Amino acid sequence: MTTCDLEDLGLDEGGHLPLSRALAGVPAGTGVAVRGSHPALALHLGAWCRAKGHRLDSTGGVLRVVRGTADGDRWAGAVRAGDAARPAEHAAPAWGLAARGALVEAGGPPLSVDWVDRDLVWADVAPRLYANASAAQWDPATAVDWTARSDVPPDIEDAVVQVMTYLVENEQAALVIPARLLSRLHPHFREVMQLLAVQVADEARHVEVFTRRALLHREALGRSGAGGRASLQTLVGEHDFTMASFLLSVLGEGTFVDLLRFLNLHAPDAVTADVTRLAARDEARHVAFGVAHTAHVAHTDPSFLGTLRAAVERRHSALAQTAGLNQEVFDSLVLLAAGSWAPSAIKRGWAAVQDLQRGMDEGRRRRLAYIGFPDDEAAEISALHTRNFM
Amino acid sequence: MTTLLLGAVAYDPKVVTIWEGFRAWLRRSDFDLDFVLYSHYERQVEDLLDGRIDVAWNSPLAWVRARRMAEARGGAVRAVLMRDTDRDLVTAVAVRADSDLQSLADLAGRTIGVGAIDSPQATLLPLSHLRAAGVDLDGPAHVRRFDVGVGLHGDHIGGERDAAAALVAGRLDAACLTDGNLLLFGQEGTLPAGSVRVIGQTPAFDHCNMTAGPRADAALVERFADLLLAMSYADEQVRPLLDLEGLTRWLPGRTEGYAALERAVDESGFYDSEGRIGARGYRP
Repeated sequence: MTTCDLEDLGLDEGGHLPLSRALAGVPAGTGVAVRGSHPALALHLGAWCRAKGHRLDSTGGVLRVVRGTADGDRWAGAVRAGDAARPAEHAAPAWGLAARGALVEAGGPPLSVDWVDRDLVWADVAPRLYANASAAQWDPATAVDWTARSDVPPDIEDAVVQVMTYLVENEQAALVIPARLLSRLHPHFREVMQLLAVQVADEARHVEVFTRRALLHREALGRSGAGGRASLQTLVGEHDFTMASFLLSVLGEGTFVDLLRFLNLHAPDAVTADVTRLAARDEARHVAFGVAHTAHVAHTDPSFLGTLRAAVERRHSALAQTAGLNQEVFDSLVLLAAGSWAPSAIKRGWAAVQDLQRGMDEGRRRRLAYIGFPDDEAAEISALHTRNFM
Repeated sequence: MTTLLLGAVAYDPKVVTIWEGFRAWLRRSDFDLDFVLYSHYERQVEDLLDGRIDVAWNSPLAWVRARRMAEARGGAVRAVLMRDTDRDLVTAVAVRADSDLQSLADLAGRTIGVGAIDSPQATLLPLSHLRAAGVDLDGPAHVRRFDVGVGLHGDHIGGERDAAAALVAGRLDAACLTDGNLLLFGQEGTLPAGSVRVIGQTPAFDHCNMTAGPRADAALVERFADLLLAMSYADEQVRPLLDLEGLTRWLPGRTEGYAALERAVDESGFYDSEGRIGARGYRP
């Protein structure tokens, strides 16, 4: 018979651990002899065995624990929550919050989530993008030299403040949307969940640095136009995972990357150059996932391209009666690129913003083509994109 | 379909979860159960005997009273079921590890902590055991009660926990604690490891049972018992309920484990032979 020698270890100080280990090695109905010098050993054993469904046999002065069936029964219907190495095609809500690949005891409440099918949320690049995102995190306090000397003329500073105000508003939308998606995603798709979580953290940083830059030399922020907010509202209201990812990341953030690079190029000071450069790097990663995921869905189901196009058209008609980008933001972009009020400079600035918009359109068409749209359709869809950029 | 009406004492909010769950589970087997919750065991027993409920989930003390009342009326109650965890409990008499007390006989003139006035396991049984061991409880030994959850027949372990804390703090010389609570209080730190020593223990006794009233439909009770006995710990629907109720399987009822409590009730006059309450100061 197996013997478990507890020496002077009491069951009130962890003695059940070696005992449970010994019992795990014998079949139900088999006894394990228990030796030990703890004064309350027999009393403790009686109580412990009763609670655990084992039987204590103390005939002949020998303490013997006969293994019951409860611990085996508890795990009888357990299943693995898929394979740790790769996501399952379908994640069972019954797996709940269990780690992917964990042995899940049957029972317990099912997880209330909407996205349980891999192909509706997945992209093969997600694990790699997450690793890249984790490695690329930066600290707003040290990544930007907030004390850098600045001699930005007051009018140009006003333009910077207005653009930063606009960026904060957009980044807040870009934070809320993945946060909402996260709460409805089965955590079995771990890498997508992690990527969205980092995306939320990225946007939180962007909100911080853009706000800080806006208030660096000013007491108040700029203006928020109703048309811009209406445009963002249509994004926040998008409830489908892929549609939200497509509209926000592929079209919106993709366009935003061009805008941030433009701002970086024309930044009148080091701080503006830093914050736009850092944010653009993060946004490019968000775009990469959006493009890869949307392409994954379209590849699995080519008819989905029609649904995506319909979403853009729907958003376009919802915004047809709004102003889109507010005039103050557009004018500020021109002024930033101009660098001064001289007519010749303004002309240059105007042309630069025209170039920016052309570049944004080309980028959108390229991404749409990658997802699977024919060139002519990609051009049509790109033209329907919101005037608010995001 | 006839409904079996069960009485249970709401000693904890989880009682609602447990019986709602069992009710739903039984419904799936086409058995209709409904339940009434009581704030204490005395009214539950009275209602069982008056036929207002068919079965009662009774404490051992409630069983003793129900049996006495039924027999006084010329009827009988039956212990139909019990949990596997209701069998063979033991209550220990614990002292501080550094105490000079070595045996129960040494308790003369000392302060002994017990549970609530109506706790069979932490008050009535251990005091009866001390009397049998020759400790004069009416004389020099002083019994200090920890009346938490009076009316719940010791289901609320707060009294025992308070006694354990008082023992460690030096306000008691000894405390009466069930084996399960002795282990629990050790694990949770109320009794630090090595802080107490056991100088005596009661013989094994049984705890709760499902008591069928004298007027209950025998076939209905039988079917109810069969269904509960068939509950498996491997059933994921019922396992959380069994965990909450503290059992791994139901067993048939047995009454030989209540003999010591019958004696303890007589000695203390808690109930008379017809089940009338005699305990002084007992207000459930």
